[in-house]
Amino acid sequence: MVAVTPATDRYLENFDRFARVAADSGQEWLRPVRQAAIARFAELGFPTIRDEDWRFTNVAPIAQASFARANGSRTELSPRDIDQFAVPGLVGPQLVFVNGRYAPRLSSPGSLSDGATVSSLAQAFTDARTVLEPHLARYADYARDGFTALNTAFMEDGGFVYVPRGRVIEAPIRLLYVSTETADPIVTHPRNVIVLEEDSQAVIVEEYVALGAEVYFSNVVTEVVVGQNSVLSHYLIERDSEQAFNVSTLRVQQGRSSNVASHTVLLGGALVRNNVHPVMAGEGSECLINGLFMATGRQHMDNFMRVEHASPHCDSRQFYNGILDGRSHGVFSGRIIVHKDAQKTDAKQTNKNLLLSEEAQIDSKPQLEIYADDVKCTHGATIGQMDEGAIFYLRSRGIAEDAARALLLFGFANESLERMKVGPIRKYLEALVTQWLPQGKLVEES
Amino acid sequence: MLEIKNLYVKAGNHEILKGVHLKVNAGEVHSIMGPNGSGKSTLAQVLAGRETYEVTRGEVLYEGKNLLEMAPEERACEGVFMAFQYPVEIPGVSSAQFLKAALNAIRRARGLEELDAMEFLALVKQKFKVLGVDEKLLHRSVNEGFSGGEKKRNEIFQMALLEPRLCILDETDSGLDIDALKIVASGVNGLRSPGRAILVITHYQRLLNYIIPDYVHVLVDGRIVRSGGKELALELEEKGYALIEGGAGAAAPGRR
Repeated sequence: MVAVTPATDRYLENFDRFARVAADSGQEWLRPVRQAAIARFAELGFPTIRDEDWRFTNVAPIAQASFARANGSRTELSPRDIDQFAVPGLVGPQLVFVNGRYAPRLSSPGSLSDGATVSSLAQAFTDARTVLEPHLARYADYARDGFTALNTAFMEDGGFVYVPRGRVIEAPIRLLYVSTETADPIVTHPRNVIVLEEDSQAVIVEEYVALGAEVYFSNVVTEVVVGQNSVLSHYLIERDSEQAFNVSTLRVQQGRSSNVASHTVLLGGALVRNNVHPVMAGEGSECLINGLFMATGRQHMDNFMRVEHASPHCDSRQFYNGILDGRSHGVFSGRIIVHKDAQKTDAKQTNKNLLLSEEAQIDSKPQLEIYADDVKCTHGATIGQMDEGAIFYLRSRGIAEDAARALLLFGFANESLERMKVGPIRKYLEALVTQWLPQGKLVEES
Repeated sequence: MLEIKNLYVKAGNHEILKGVHLKVNAGEVHSIMGPNGSGKSTLAQVLAGRETYEVTRGEVLYEGKNLLEMAPEERACEGVFMAFQYPVEIPGVSSAQFLKAALNAIRRARGLEELDAMEFLALVKQKFKVLGVDEKLLHRSVNEGFSGGEKKRNEIFQMALLEPRLCILDETDSGLDIDALKIVASGVNGLRSPGRAILVITHYQRLLNYIIPDYVHVLVDGRIVRSGGKELALELEEKGYALIEGGAGAAAPGRR
């Protein structure tokens, strides 16, 4: 059954034009996968709330909106325009994208030795085909998901990081996506590809920010391949404009004894869907999935975890904290899939939510699918208000009630930040979180 | 310093304190002893300002002011401190952040300059040394993952840092082994001074071997049924609360 909506049609028409241009720019080898993806999108369309995985999130505002492709509206920014997004104390390669396209003048990719590469994906399409081809679109499954299909069809830029065997890159690599004011609302399809060969290490920081309050749609896919014994930390910081739509999929393929940490902080956007999907394909791998989402007004934030244990002796830990104020709506779906052979799986999931107003809403749904028999899986979710006993404790030490509430709220958010190992990023996020909090000033002052 | 007059307190529909009288002068150490459910902890919580209890009658004067009208933080700023029986864990808030916020709130109230991060650290380290507290505590979340002994020691440490005038210890000895008990007691003894009053609430006489009280009061079923010197604690230890209860009303309760 195919429900071709006018919106779907528009993407299909756009694709024909896009494909013609792309074919002329040395990306001929991508044609089959793009074609397959757009064909699949034509079949899938956008999900609806009848889809189990989208039960709590209605993407009609995205499906029905008319977004222009970003190309026609390339904006020149000066480094000063993006000063406000600097992370104090953070030193490392930085790629800046403006409305989805790499902005070399704003970027500082640095020069990495020993064959490590940090570049735009557009560049990598021509320069690094041999590295890309075995991985690109092999993990993020465009056959299953309309948004991923759309991204795969239209992918043209993003971050590309390649770390060869045995190489440790200590400095965090930051991919900064800046949205600017445009004549019409635009859609971008950022595609990031991160490849870590065996025994290597890297830190990736992916961040989405806006210069104004405009409407736009970022449809992001990040594919990460982590080789045997490798260690990767990935940060997603989402600070889109209050009218923006952001659908983001992090798909991680983990090799034997690899170690992955996924840290997510959602602060912005009108409608945000955060898919995190690690597959622990190699024996003895570990992953930490750590997130914080803070919504207010009419923001909608949907966190969709799909943690696959596909090999024995793997450990996964999920911790997501949500703070919901105003009339916001939060969602946490935590699916853990333990495949038949994944014996000795140890999977743990915790989702804690604070509701700060009567109208705020949270749907928290754990889901365990276990096909192995020797596994340890636990999950727990809490939804509540602030602990009055803790407020009294703080007040009994002289701290005024409003400051006590602010401090407790900060603490709740900070539980997530404490798991982040990169000091400058953690401090940067502490400041952002504190700004967000009602009465956050009281935390700064105390 | 503290004067409790005919205090009646309810929790929900349940009357817990039924006419408590107590007078504590500066420089004195008083102990309130009593069996489980006698209302000891309720009294401590009411003095600290816990709002889950309802005062139905009576009054509490602290340095001549109506204590019951003050918010918990005002009481703290005026110099009232309760060491909790069950200190609350606050994940995500470091002890450093918490202690600095508390100390500066109290300093502001006392008209003193707030301490900056460096001054605060210097002061804390000095107090840490006195109580033998590990400096690493500063970077840990408040009470999170602390053992029972660590939590109680942390309460006494906070007391030493905030320098209250009225210290209330709510069953600080519960759950402590003898070594931890000695450390906590020596911390409390270090705070004894002519300008300060200490109210030690306990079920057992054990703690009073180390914190020698000037006066002992026995609280049974919401009333102080006997008051005396430190030897009363020993008598209780020997005879148990049952006998004292039998003799309730023999002494003028809590009035001196």
